[in-house]
Amino acid sequence: MKTINIQTPLSTDILQHLTAGDFITISGTIYTARDRAHKTIAELVAQQKPLPIDFTNTVIYYAGPSPTPPGLPVGAIGPTTSYRMDAYTDIMLSLGVRMFIGKGWRSQAVKQLLVTHKAVYCATFGGAAAYLAQCVVDAQIVGFEEFGPEAIYKLTVEKFPVIVINDIYGGDLYADVQ
Amino acid sequence: MRTISQQELYSAVADLVIKANFNLPDHVYQALCTMHATEQKPLAKETIHILIQNTRIAAQKHIPLCQDCGAVIVFLQIGTGVIIDGNPIDVIHNAVADTYKKYYLRPSIVQDPLFERKNTGTNTPAFVHTDIVPGNSVTITVYLKGGGSENMTSLKMFTPTAKIEEIIDYIVTAVQQAGPNPCPPLFLGIGIGGTADVAMLNAKKAVLQKEPHPQKEYRALEEEILQRCNQTGIGPLGFGGTHTVGIVRIKEAPTHIATLPVALNLNCHSLRYRSIVI
Repeated sequence: MKTINIQTPLSTDILQHLTAGDFITISGTIYTARDRAHKTIAELVAQQKPLPIDFTNTVIYYAGPSPTPPGLPVGAIGPTTSYRMDAYTDIMLSLGVRMFIGKGWRSQAVKQLLVTHKAVYCATFGGAAAYLAQCVVDAQIVGFEEFGPEAIYKLTVEKFPVIVINDIYGGDLYADVQ
Repeated sequence: MRTISQQELYSAVADLVIKANFNLPDHVYQALCTMHATEQKPLAKETIHILIQNTRIAAQKHIPLCQDCGAVIVFLQIGTGVIIDGNPIDVIHNAVADTYKKYYLRPSIVQDPLFERKNTGTNTPAFVHTDIVPGNSVTITVYLKGGGSENMTSLKMFTPTAKIEEIIDYIVTAVQQAGPNPCPPLFLGIGIGGTADVAMLNAKKAVLQKEPHPQKEYRALEEEILQRCNQTGIGPLGFGGTHTVGIVRIKEAPTHIATLPVALNLNCHSLRYRSIVI
């Protein structure tokens, strides 16, 4: 299939070329965060305490990898279901996140926020966790190590495949297909 | 009476946990290949191709099929002519804990569901269901269920006079509402009858049945539900296509004159389980 490769950090120029339904690959740096990381980030923001990383222009991947076996950069690393992070998306966008990667529906409120903040929601291949691990060349824990698989990992990825679900113009692949 | 040692049970469970995490059962793999061959939409076809590649990488490189290595559900069918030495539940938990650690499988179980939600770190407890059956052997099934698809589970208590069409509509609607969330193409287990809890358990057991239902009315219903679900357009991982559901299996049970429970187990495309008779 025809794919577009994009490089992090993301800019508005890159994001405005993405349309719902596009098959793109990402190279560069992305960060994992799932339920507990989001909850904790929201608490830290509310308390005006420092965050483990600067989220400006970042890509957040909703994922909690399996433990890293010896000799590999990371374990299995597919997406988790995104709607559980809907309640925290406003905060993450305010912190500067430009793209989220996960799987499954987003709420109407999140879709509106994506348009407002000119950010993109992509899905990657749920349940293809061994396949996706092949696109990760390095993984380092950079926050909340005590959360185990729910820690924030900094991933260096090479042609990590995703499908654009919600673009900055309000396009919605999931809605289009049903 | 025949005695099964703790070591024999431990080894069997450990082996099933390993196989279930790294190797898709043959018939599930074949179902993916059939869907790949018949899918028309390019993105859907490519998606199934990636899922097939994933199974090969998992098996060859010993990386789990999914990072969500599941809640471990164990079905034990214990023959009346068998004595298991010691407490089989303790043996199962030890086998699961040791194997998850040794093979770098993700622990995903928290001890308290509501307040602390602290990961037990061992992926135990496993959830063990026991049936007593005739014979002098034990059948063990290890079934891994991911949280994303488990969250899409559904139960509806119909009235006994409900039309079949209403039940089909309910199931298709549940699949549509779940959409991309449970990682389609789905393997759909449906429990009908019993009490609410029995229907739910049968929905789990149903999805593990390799063959269609032996009774032709139920078999026709499985086929009709499959076709209706595949007209939704959801497709593989919700990216659009004709394969939203791969297989539908029903397991029915006697029920009360006033009730007609219908339970849905939406399993993702990565239907991970293994059985052995010892």
